[in-house]
Amino acid sequence: MASYSTNEFRSGLKLMLDGDPCSILENEFVKPGKGQAFSRVKLRNLKSGRVLEKTFKSGESLEGADVIDMDMQYLYEDGDFWYFMEPDTFEQHQASEQAVGEALKWLREQDICVVTLYNGAPLSVVPPNHVELEIVETDPGLRGDTAQGGSKPAKLVTGAVVKVPLFLDQGDVIKVDTRTGEYQGRVKE
Amino acid sequence: MADHWQPGIDPSSLHYRSELLQSLRSFFQQRQVLEVDVPVLARSTVTDINIESINNLVSGSSGYLQTSPEYFMKRLLAAGSGDIFCLGKAFRDAESGRRHNPEFTMLEWYRCGWDEHQLMDEVAELIGQLVSSGTDAQLAVTKLGYGECFKSVLGVDPHSAELASLQQLAVNASSDSWAQENRANCLDLLFSLSVEPQLPDGLVFIYDYPACQAALAQLHLNAQGQLVSRRFEVFFNSMELANGYMELTDAVQQRQRFEKDAEQRSAHNKPAIAIDEKLMAALDSGLPACAGVALGVDRLLMHLLGADSIDQVMPFSWQRC
Repeated sequence: MASYSTNEFRSGLKLMLDGDPCSILENEFVKPGKGQAFSRVKLRNLKSGRVLEKTFKSGESLEGADVIDMDMQYLYEDGDFWYFMEPDTFEQHQASEQAVGEALKWLREQDICVVTLYNGAPLSVVPPNHVELEIVETDPGLRGDTAQGGSKPAKLVTGAVVKVPLFLDQGDVIKVDTRTGEYQGRVKE
Repeated sequence: MADHWQPGIDPSSLHYRSELLQSLRSFFQQRQVLEVDVPVLARSTVTDINIESINNLVSGSSGYLQTSPEYFMKRLLAAGSGDIFCLGKAFRDAESGRRHNPEFTMLEWYRCGWDEHQLMDEVAELIGQLVSSGTDAQLAVTKLGYGECFKSVLGVDPHSAELASLQQLAVNASSDSWAQENRANCLDLLFSLSVEPQLPDGLVFIYDYPACQAALAQLHLNAQGQLVSRRFEVFFNSMELANGYMELTDAVQQRQRFEKDAEQRSAHNKPAIAIDEKLMAALDSGLPACAGVALGVDRLLMHLLGADSIDQVMPFSWQRC
């Protein structure tokens, strides 16, 4: 893997730091008039998701991280791993529970997700922005109550619980924004 | 890129910039300080370990774009010019960012027979006039010794602390790569990362810099009897704005410092820079006792206009050139 000097640092660049792959969020050039120049860098640790700040002397370099984002289809899970497939090559990748993380509660078979590969193995999974999922458990619907506000919790087929309007029933299919976990609307069958 | 044909500065700021340049000139004209326009291209340049000059070929030999007008101005002072100022361009390689552009506008001036504290007062008068022009805004001005300021934030006396303890503080503030750094670099890092953000608002003068960062300033003993340099820096709302000295007039000491720069340059595999012998000859013949200061005009404009980036206060920053 190539290494990158501070003057090549830019947001989005993926680097290795203390053995973990990180992505640069911000890079600021700092230099006292007569003094040593340095780069103040804000990075996200791609394993833990934590954001950290580091300061490097100008001219220092860091090794690039072998990290790529790829669209993949979610296939199934076997209790230990979640399986994803590259649509072009049909190559399959198994992701750990840690890698799947929060995406777990939105994953439905055959959906296309963004899988981040680190050294060829899934590091994290981002579900589609919008998913359509069936309600499997909620209080009985109050028909005719569509005009009033109010909401109730509903459990979806993937296990996620979202707030939905009172008129919805078990068996209804709804659209959810996975970034906010918010109900977007009912999907007419 | 073609979509960068436009200037970074908006039309009203462009007018303000023009007015500022005129205000700076009239400030010094009223005080009988002579404007000098010295060369920006020269055969020699500064030896500072942390300042890189842009080197061009001029008729087949090195021609450096000047990083400040200092050496030419000192030659004029040695030739009997009296008080002088220069408002012009300066160039520094590999400096680009929100507060840096490789080409920038610098105001530098020298006062014969003054000391650094008198010069700090004049800087405050100049900035105060600019800030209050057209409004009744008052500029807050604070003066602090480097040592007390550093100690109040980091709990360590920067002049007497062991190098190892400064290195440890630097590692804590940044990363392991600072564990072997020299004293000046550790102090720069700690001051920039930890002290600067804690400085009071308004104009802040930090004086009596560490002896290892004397550059071209005289050394003396501070109130605690520690050897420090008669160098000051000006910060405006926590951003470095100007750097001044009670100028070193001793040619022998100055040559020793330049030779030390050369050793450090070679140790860090940086390009060798020959000592400017014309400056040395001028110092040999006698530089009058004087204090001098250089101020970043673009940064001053950033404050006066409330701009976030130097690109917004100059017609075309490097990314648009």
